[in-house]
Amino acid sequence: MQNFEFVRPTSVADAVAALKGDEAQPMSGGQTLMPTMKARLAAPEILVSLTAIDEMKGVRKDGDQIWIGGGTTHATVARETAESYPALSSLAGRIGDPSVRSRGTIGGSIANNDPSACYPAGALGSGATIVTDRREIAADDFFQGMFMSALDEGEIVTAVKFPVPQKAIYQKFIQPASRFPLTAVFVAHFGDTVRVAVTGASSDGVFRWTEAEEALQGNFSADAVSGLSVSAAMMISDLHGSGAYRAQLTKVMTQRAVAALA
Amino acid sequence: MPKDGGIGSSTKRREDVRFLSGTGRYTDDINLHGQLYAHFVRSDVAHGKINGINADAAMAMPGVVRVFTAKDFEGVGGVPCGWQITSIDGSPMQEPKHPVLAEGKVRHVGDPIAVVVAESLGQARDAADALEIDIEMLPAVMDMKEAIKDGAPKVHDDLSSNLCYDWGFVEDNKDAVAKAIADADHVTTLELVNNRLVANPMEPRVAVGDYDMANDEHTLYTTSQNPHVIRLLMGAFVLGIPEHKLRVVAPDVGGGFGAKIFHYAEEAFCTFAAKQLRRPVKWTSSRSEAFMSDAHGRDHVTKIELAMDKDNNFTAIRTETYANMGAYLSTFAPSVPTWLHGTLMAGNYKTPLIYVNVKAVFTNTVPVDAYRGAGRPEATFQLERVIDKAARERGVSPIELRRQNFITEFPYATPVAVEYDTGDYHATMDRVLEMADHAGFEARAEQSKKNGKLRGFGIAHYIEACGIAPSNLVGQLGARAGLYESATVRVNATGSISVMTGSHSHGQGHETSFAQVVSEMIGIDATQVDIVHGDTSKTPMGMGTYGSRSIAVGGSAMVRATEKIIAKAKKIAAHLMEASEGDIELKDGQFTVAGTDKSVAWGDVTLAAYVPHNYPLEDIEPGLEETAFYDPANFTYPSGGYACEVEVDPDTGKVDVLSFSAADDFGNVINPMIVEGQVHGGVAQGFGQAMMENCAYDADGQLISASYMDYAMPRATDLPMFKVDHSCQTPCTHNPLGVKGCGEAGAIGSPPAFVNAVIDALHRGGHKVEHINMPLTPDRVWTAIQNS
Amino acid sequence: MNSIKLRVNGKEVTGQVEGRTLLVDFLRKDLRLTGTHVGCDTTQCGACVVHVNGEPVKACAMLAAEADGAEVATIEGQANADGSLSVVQQAFQDHHGLQCGFCTPGMVMAATALLKENPKPSEAEIREYLDGNICRCTGYHNIVKSIMAASGQDVPAMAAE
Repeated sequence: MQNFEFVRPTSVADAVAALKGDEAQPMSGGQTLMPTMKARLAAPEILVSLTAIDEMKGVRKDGDQIWIGGGTTHATVARETAESYPALSSLAGRIGDPSVRSRGTIGGSIANNDPSACYPAGALGSGATIVTDRREIAADDFFQGMFMSALDEGEIVTAVKFPVPQKAIYQKFIQPASRFPLTAVFVAHFGDTVRVAVTGASSDGVFRWTEAEEALQGNFSADAVSGLSVSAAMMISDLHGSGAYRAQLTKVMTQRAVAALA
Repeated sequence: MPKDGGIGSSTKRREDVRFLSGTGRYTDDINLHGQLYAHFVRSDVAHGKINGINADAAMAMPGVVRVFTAKDFEGVGGVPCGWQITSIDGSPMQEPKHPVLAEGKVRHVGDPIAVVVAESLGQARDAADALEIDIEMLPAVMDMKEAIKDGAPKVHDDLSSNLCYDWGFVEDNKDAVAKAIADADHVTTLELVNNRLVANPMEPRVAVGDYDMANDEHTLYTTSQNPHVIRLLMGAFVLGIPEHKLRVVAPDVGGGFGAKIFHYAEEAFCTFAAKQLRRPVKWTSSRSEAFMSDAHGRDHVTKIELAMDKDNNFTAIRTETYANMGAYLSTFAPSVPTWLHGTLMAGNYKTPLIYVNVKAVFTNTVPVDAYRGAGRPEATFQLERVIDKAARERGVSPIELRRQNFITEFPYATPVAVEYDTGDYHATMDRVLEMADHAGFEARAEQSKKNGKLRGFGIAHYIEACGIAPSNLVGQLGARAGLYESATVRVNATGSISVMTGSHSHGQGHETSFAQVVSEMIGIDATQVDIVHGDTSKTPMGMGTYGSRSIAVGGSAMVRATEKIIAKAKKIAAHLMEASEGDIELKDGQFTVAGTDKSVAWGDVTLAAYVPHNYPLEDIEPGLEETAFYDPANFTYPSGGYACEVEVDPDTGKVDVLSFSAADDFGNVINPMIVEGQVHGGVAQGFGQAMMENCAYDADGQLISASYMDYAMPRATDLPMFKVDHSCQTPCTHNPLGVKGCGEAGAIGSPPAFVNAVIDALHRGGHKVEHINMPLTPDRVWTAIQNS
Repeated sequence: MNSIKLRVNGKEVTGQVEGRTLLVDFLRKDLRLTGTHVGCDTTQCGACVVHVNGEPVKACAMLAAEADGAEVATIEGQANADGSLSVVQQAFQDHHGLQCGFCTPGMVMAATALLKENPKPSEAEIREYLDGNICRCTGYHNIVKSIMAASGQDVPAMAAE
């Protein structure tokens, strides 16, 4: 990778100040950014590490919600939400592998919005709120297409707040090489509403499968989805799966999620 | 019971201690004083004309010592090919030059164009970005069948076409085979692809070149399976350095699987540049670089026809294969689809007539060469797949169809020019069916059905030709090298032994298993024997490790040298005990005189050899050191039966391997633990080929599986525990240990077992799918179900 | 350049590193601890796994500068004080859990981290935990056995002997 000036602020305010220049790039766990920089697909002049900011770490209750600092590692989330939000714990505990989970963070994953990442599905499926250094953004407004988000230049995800559904589950079908989701579905049941978020499948990144949500609201059973389908045309098609195959997986994973919860 | 440390015992590996404690010495662990770092600038297009390279800006970058391009290699030879194939019409194969750095044209993504050498790797890499390279893109030659049509763009402008050779084997059988197929009661035809793979040893390739000006001596440290072969090829054909001025060292090597057999441009570059710059030059491949610069494997497109009579006896086999050579001929590339593939087309079956046609084709892809099994997996896959299809078409059991056609009498001369010395195919079939509990399969299949899954059982049998190879034979077949092996057994004065072997260990555990053989022959503790390998300055000229040849050929050389040692030691012992040489016996490290209680210990004899005060100097020389070169009389023919049970999820196409059983006949076995480990690894690679791995290019020649993000390597969660067994043993009749070799079996026999199991599962679920090309990814399986 | 100070295998070390220097390069080049290997550039193969503050980390995906102040453990520090192999290392030798040895340091470090977190893992849990460690030689069979044995569980009872 190209060399850069390395700074490691200890507060959000200092990090935001350090990110003022055009050529500065924030890095949290770096599990995606470091390989990207090695491939010279990213070459910041200043790299602002977010790993020493204590105020961005931890998991705690925040009223009805769970507050998770943006700098909290997947391993910590998996451990500390095991009781309070098992579906989220399970999602976090299956990202990458144990070593990746020791470093990678929820804030980094959400800010990056990789179309095959797990956390965007968890956040969108839960109806989470993304907290930044300057505002709060509803997950529905945050994810704006592959690697695109509502974040402004230099804006940092400092925390994510999750409402806790009555029941939820994350069904993941892995891409056999990268072990990212080929298609994964997060289904959350809030009693009166159902949210279904799909990652890995669409060329627009994570999305809510609203037809399925509507069908499941009336009849929370795998059968409710059997007559539905997502359009193969909007799906990613690559070496590992055609659009039609990802469309199939979207449906099957949704059905299996519902069957496991029903 | 074998004795601990002796032949047949599962002795723990001595080399493990250094590997487990982080003190192994791999090539990248070597750092020489004053070392520079090389970064290769590689083509990002598949085919293009180099209009110009401007290195001025790069040269001005911090730390840059020099930028090399093809101009620096004028007068230097190309990377040579070690095997020549002759086409049906009698003409030699077309053999293009393979320059160290691209001359005028780039021919595959990854083709090296320039090298930046700098004080640090970071500086070299930074400067590479400043290099201005003007390349005019040309149409990429990708599809083999299109490539050999008239008017197709050419990979090499100076060749007449993209056809490297058109090989027929056995050409004299061609008409008889055609007639047998025309006259057959039934012909089963199958068209298939043997997918392109990347060997992916976990240690990427590394080369460190060093030059000693005072003595005009070159040293190359490299990740090689055969340092002497590299010395020969690089010294004689590329750089013109005589052997006595060139030392090649392959220290601990982190896996090879074929990819580290070949001589690569980076080795020649580092050796050359070290002399030019008078400083050591190091190159370490990144994994991404490995994907586009290590030779790939397989990549055949084949049509096979199997003819049968009314009773389902095989009467003829005809195959037509297009074999991808890539853009240049790698070291042994031409031999893989021909002599390592055509000669195995009889498999385990007594088919009287066989004809194999292979068209080798140049394309704008990375060169293709031997990868674990090399030719034999391709042969086995076709045969074992077409037999399953034939069984289905004829409504008979695939197991019985195999049994009915098994060769049962040995030696057996096949119609494809090889003679199997021993084997017992019914025994391995019986054993594997028992291991796999074939009898209980139907009940398990019922259970799967209840769970909404489709269960399938797949069987495959294989034969391979290992222990390559008789030099006079391979010479007639076009090899430009001999394929003997060497060993020097050096006994020290106190009786300890250093064995210098031409075989090379890069995971096979020779330091342990070779010591087991020598120590048992003499009757001393295995800890008294050290194995030295991987350094041309220490070992006699050896051909290295590949083709499951180490124990069969290298081990035999070591036995021969040890026999010479024992013969001489007996003479010394006879003198010491004032007995007749013919009465001396050696057992458990003691020389005795038959019928007496006289004895001398091994150590007394070895001491006498080096302190020859009381010694028959008039008859024999002092010292105790012997060398043997062993040239095998024939190939060895390991064989076995493999069975696999899978469950297919029809909604997702995902295949779970529930069990895998392997019953192999490797002849005698030196260290069962190591042999079993070799089978585990081979089966895992066969699984990778069958189910996951796919080296894929797009139509423009871009490599789209260029990292572990897209090239699917089997991981722990993908595989089950394996059942392996090697109790069926028909020892090789022509080498002193009766061994056959075990390194490649798993990768040869397992792919058809996996695929047969999946196809069986689909049929049981009512899906009439005849074939799916490997790898059987969930998408491909699901799509096949949809289309059935 | 960044000044860093950390503890590696219990010893305090200092260094001057570029921003881009990876932890694995600092270990291999500056400290000459060449037991930690690099097998890929996409954070997948796990040959470079070390422990940072007790957790498994891929040293190829962490900057040396980020390790300032950290406690790092590598394969070189795993043996017992008397130089004998650790329980995990010894189990790998006993059960032939390695062939070429290149992935082995990462495997041992991953296995050691697993057993700290889960002293009696099932076969499935072991396989799951090794998802970020690629071995090309063993087919994982004997690695799984080795880790089972290191955890004191009955290896001969495992399926498929």
